Amino acid sequence: MDTILILTQALNGLQLGVMLFLMAAGLTLVFGIMNLINLAHGALYMAGAYLAAAAYGWTGSFLAAVALAVAGTAALGAAIELAALRGLYRRDHLDQVLATFGLILFLNEAARLVWGPAALFVPVPAALAHTVAILPGVPYPAYRLAIIAVGVAVAGGLYLLIARTRLGMLIRAGASNRTMVAALGVDVGLLYTAVFALGAGLAALAGAMAAPILSVEPGMGEPILILTLVVIVVGGIGSIRGAFAGALLIGCVDTIGRAFLPSMLRAVLAPSASAAVGPALASMLIYLTMAVVLALRPRGLFAARTG
Amino acid sequence: MTRPLLEIAGVDAFYGASQALFAMELAVAEGSAVALIGRNGMGKTTTIRAMLGLVATRGGAIRFRGTRIDRLPPHRIARAGIGLVPEGRQIFPNLTVRENLVATAAGRRAAGPAWTLDRVYGLFPRLRERQGNMGDELSGGEQQMLAIGRALMTGPLLLVLDEATEGLAPLMRREIWSCLARLKGEGIAILVVDKDLGALARLCDRHFILERGHCVWSGDSAALLAAPEVPHRYLGLGATPQ
Ligand SMILES: Nc1ncnc2c1ncn2[C@@H]1O[C@H](COP(=O)(O)OP(=O)(O)O)[C@@H](O)[C@H]1O
Ligand SMILES: [Mg+2]
Repeated sequence: MDTILILTQALNGLQLGVMLFLMAAGLTLVFGIMNLINLAHGALYMAGAYLAAAAYGWTGSFLAAVALAVAGTAALGAAIELAALRGLYRRDHLDQVLATFGLILFLNEAARLVWGPAALFVPVPAALAHTVAILPGVPYPAYRLAIIAVGVAVAGGLYLLIARTRLGMLIRAGASNRTMVAALGVDVGLLYTAVFALGAGLAALAGAMAAPILSVEPGMGEPILILTLVVIVVGGIGSIRGAFAGALLIGCVDTIGRAFLPSMLRAVLAPSASAAVGPALASMLIYLTMAVVLALRPRGLFAARTG
Repeated sequence: MTRPLLEIAGVDAFYGASQALFAMELAVAEGSAVALIGRNGMGKTTTIRAMLGLVATRGGAIRFRGTRIDRLPPHRIARAGIGLVPEGRQIFPNLTVRENLVATAAGRRAAGPAWTLDRVYGLFPRLRERQGNMGDELSGGEQQMLAIGRALMTGPLLLVLDEATEGLAPLMRREIWSCLARLKGEGIAILVVDKDLGALARLCDRHFILERGHCVWSGDSAALLAAPEVPHRYLGLGATPQ
């Protein structure tokens, strides 16, 4: 267990963390502001990945593919919000879970119908298909560094959007008192559609950026949805800052746990026991983290003031 | 009386199955000030909520500048030119003072010059000093000023205030009343719910008294002052205008 390996795994954790943040930002806003549990958020990530793969096929440009995937999924999100979710805000959470679970089945099946059951592959863009020496003699894939950079930049942009713009003020105001926002002349329905589309676009950005490092296939959104749910609970539902902190924490705990926990156990347990326990414990680590965070701070790391 | 800016005619309102307003009647002439008076639970807030589309109405009609508004969603009603200063102030606690003013601002149709941050700060200098504070860090009086400023920033033709002086110190009350007089002087119509009959009689042109969801008396200030038995009967002992 040397420092180079630790550094590499820390970067991997960071990269997973920013992906999770892109997912969590939309999910936490939608839950915090509209009080909607959207299980189909992972399916929007999948939609982003598929649209990126398809757009890459048409245009041959990865940048164009990402842009089209984000725009297309944001539009898809707006359409889903208008057609299917509008009526769910006032329903209880179980109805929302059932309805959005139905959306998952629908979108997975739609992807299978359009693109077939086999996985699609998207190449890493040529300009980033090399490695960068993060330390002398320590190579790291440039593409993964680019993901981290994009994620951090989007986090900054989102912070500015929420903190500095009229839209951001309305999002925060709507989270604390939607009736008053409407009574002052703001179309809250439109605001909700915009927030949902924004969240869908961010999920699509994560999906599109994941396309070259994962296989694009039906159901690819569900594993990351589970992690994202853990992230927003750890971070504090409704809080963007919480989503950021929670995403980095969960990304690093998951990555580093999987990389090092089995070998650490070997130091204290018999080889056969550690081989049996190690991987299981590593995959449970994020849930243990969540339990510890919730025991210390029942409303998450950054309990949102936004309601 | 000039043509009515707001007209509520024969409106019933319900909370679920229980009826809260019965054939409610109310009119506010352009540029005038009107008081809505009554004991607690008589339907004053419900009248305001019905007007803004926040509670369902049946029967009758609500018109603003001659156009039916009683089937419109709240944001469309507000955009027609109604600025709400709600009961309990309902400041956005997680926004700064400045953000509270700016978030829903819209230079819509304001009677007179457009409302800007500077103009609101001119009306309430205290808000300028507090502009970086969060909404929930303000005193009750400051919150009330902010609620009024926030409504003005939407550019209303009609400002609606529900118990705006409730729970405020006498000095602060006086400041609110003089602010309302000034706004009226600038041509903004005002609909105000309050318990201070003396202040209402000075500010308002007409008064409507509510009793269990019915409008039971209306008249001008002279009539209100000339008939002390009216407030006595409907508002309880001691409710005589000074
Ligand atoms: N949300 C509500 N649900 C059910 N009944 C209500 C609600 N709000 C007010 N009421 C009832 O409607 C009547 C009028 O209330 P309200 O308009 O708030 O009175 P006021 O503002 O004159 O004090 C009261 O009897 C009150 O109990
Ligand atoms: Mg009331």
